[in-house]
Amino acid sequence: MMTEELSDKKLKVSTSPHVHSKKSTEKIMYTVCLALLLPAAAGVYFFGVYTIFIILSSVIACILTEYAAKRLRKHEFKMDGSAIITGLLFALIMPPRIPLWAVVIGASFSIAIIKEAFGGLGYNIFNPALAGRAFLSVSFAGMMTRWIAPVASPFAESVTTATPLNDSFVYAGTKTELYMDLLWGNVGGSLGETSALLILIGGIVLLLTGVIKWRIPVIYIGTVFAFTWLIPGEDPILHILAGGLFLGAFFMATDYVTAPLTDRGQMLFALCAGLLVVAIRVYGSLPGGVAFSILIMNAFTPLIDRYIRPKPYGYVPPEKEDDKDE
Amino acid sequence: MKDDTVVKMKLFNNKKSNGVHPTENKLSSHKKIESTGLPKEVTLPLCQHIGAPAQAIVKRGDEVKTGQKIAEACGFVSVPIHSTVSGKVKKITKTVSAVTSRVMEAVVIESDGKDEWVELNKPAHPGTLSKEEIIERIKEAGIVGLGGATFPTHVKLQPPPDKPIDSIIINGCECEPYITSDHRLMLEHGEEILKGLEIMMNVIGCKRAYIAIEDNKPDAVRNMKELLSKDKYPGKITVESLGTQYPLGAEKTLLKRILGREVPVGCLPMEVGVVVQNVGTLKALYDAIYLGKPLVERVVTVTGMVKEPKNLLSRFGRPAKELIDMCGGIVGDADELIFGGPMMGVTQPRFDEPTQRGTNSILVKKSEKVPESNCIRCGACVESCPMNLMPTVYVQFTKNEWYEELEDYWIENCVECGSCAYSCPANIPLVQYIKVGKSELAKLRCK
Ligand code: SF4
Ligand code: SF4
Repeated sequence: MMTEELSDKKLKVSTSPHVHSKKSTEKIMYTVCLALLLPAAAGVYFFGVYTIFIILSSVIACILTEYAAKRLRKHEFKMDGSAIITGLLFALIMPPRIPLWAVVIGASFSIAIIKEAFGGLGYNIFNPALAGRAFLSVSFAGMMTRWIAPVASPFAESVTTATPLNDSFVYAGTKTELYMDLLWGNVGGSLGETSALLILIGGIVLLLTGVIKWRIPVIYIGTVFAFTWLIPGEDPILHILAGGLFLGAFFMATDYVTAPLTDRGQMLFALCAGLLVVAIRVYGSLPGGVAFSILIMNAFTPLIDRYIRPKPYGYVPPEKEDDKDE
Repeated sequence: MKDDTVVKMKLFNNKKSNGVHPTENKLSSHKKIESTGLPKEVTLPLCQHIGAPAQAIVKRGDEVKTGQKIAEACGFVSVPIHSTVSGKVKKITKTVSAVTSRVMEAVVIESDGKDEWVELNKPAHPGTLSKEEIIERIKEAGIVGLGGATFPTHVKLQPPPDKPIDSIIINGCECEPYITSDHRLMLEHGEEILKGLEIMMNVIGCKRAYIAIEDNKPDAVRNMKELLSKDKYPGKITVESLGTQYPLGAEKTLLKRILGREVPVGCLPMEVGVVVQNVGTLKALYDAIYLGKPLVERVVTVTGMVKEPKNLLSRFGRPAKELIDMCGGIVGDADELIFGGPMMGVTQPRFDEPTQRGTNSILVKKSEKVPESNCIRCGACVESCPMNLMPTVYVQFTKNEWYEELEDYWIENCVECGSCAYSCPANIPLVQYIKVGKSELAKLRCK
């Protein structure tokens, strides 16, 4: 087409750049959703068909709450996948026999109070799923600590048990057998946190697709390992494989919104969170070291971002007073 | 004292900067530079450079010749403007600058089709001219940085005496996607470029030069190396083939990559003893001294959604649409006309917008703009910023009108390369916010 036939009216004017990478928020969110299906599948396998209903009610509650909140705030509702992540994550950290009404309350709380009340995606300070769980733990403590042993088949009856990090936990086999069970997920615990192996595969998917970077998970898990190894009487392998550390490290501590922006900030974040896990588990009386370590560090994220910044190109340090005197 | 800092920088600095890898799309890299004949009419804005606008010295109805000065430089950081055709001054109008969006004067000249040139400076061998004469000729020829920044070249040739220059970097990176004008120049006019470089080294009194070329142009690297092997000064000039990355061709990142030095915040490369110059500028320098010709034309890559992308040698002031038609017109449903590359170029509102000295490319494409969504704090912008800034905080501060805070985060260090906005998954137009923030900050400072 010769330009004679074209009208200037069609021309769009905008600020550079005029090209864009293929990245999008939706793509990132749905990649995380897919990766989360692995631990979710493990949950169904180990804890029975009932867990499917937990997952579904959690996800649906999250989406509906987000929709309602957006309507109330007169904002446009856009399905960006972040509510699904919160729903999945929330379900994965539930005890496997929690009543569905509690799931719905917790999941709605996560979205309504922790995410939307703070301004929606990108503005929340705490990881919504973790904060929702903390809310349930405070409100319904008994229900939140009722653990069951993995079931023989998806339809079998459940037996209550203790989780591996609990003092009352007894294991009949050898240590290696215990580690194998922990890795595979054949132990009591939250719905989706028991199978370290599947979580690890999901995490590796996220690393390879560039959704997350290695710093937070590696430093977080590494810190827990190193410090429990230094403390006599603690078993570092048990500590990193149990208690949802992998799920927290790959899927929750790495949450963009609630973790620091810079590489160095993220390293500090992960280190401190790791130390907190050890402190809570070894010296504290509360269960859920992972959840609280991440929530506490979430609160410090704005501070970390304020003080840990990259050194800009051509940075000239301000001259010190005593330098001038010389 | 200064030497100390330089050494320190060398010891502690990794030479790499952050950046991105947009699709290269160098559609026209195999197309020879074609000349395009005379335009019928040219529109010459009086400020086609960074600095003070030139002042018109012709009026309506005046007869002018090709290469005749029609506007005089106004101050040290300013250059004259020359007519690019012979003919009659049709009018002097106001136009909106394609680059800065400021209103300025422009001279419209109707060509008589004869292309009669004014009497040129005598072609001279630079050896026969004094340093001052060379600088004067370069200024009079209206030479500015042709990489796009259009900084007056004669200013770069006169560093203040307390800032000795030890190295010159010739920028042949052409890191913007699509553009191939410098690439073709290095293939077809390598010798002139080297002669221009020699002039520059002599004037500045500098003994070392680097020619930086991205490794996606192996033929240009080969050609320049070959030419250098015949050079009289072995070892003084080297070709550096660098890994392709955007924005490597930005002065400051290039300087860091080659010499490991960082230009202090808010300073020019002179501060660390370096001058960076684009290859096209050197060709213009050659023309000005060896041929006595002022700057009236340049190579423009016409590319994107045109039938046949080309590299065209065109007089300044010609409407873009004529050049697009020379490439067979537009194919497909294009709705963006960009002067420059896709990363830093400026969109034009009209098809007959005249090309200027800084117009290295005319890019026709389909707009890819998507509405922005919330920042998800993914850190992609931080990771891609070559100046190690935190671009997302500028968005936050500008939205909240906390302009003073921008300074604490070194916003003046931003080179507006667009890497951050390119990589943002939420499609936030970060550069737009940064520009607003910068200008609001400047207003506050003035108060
Ligand atoms: S902040 Fe400026 S320098 Fe950094 S990537 Fe964005 S545009 Fe480029
Ligand atoms: S790249 Fe975009 S979404 Fe990510 S932190 Fe920067 S501004 Fe926010």
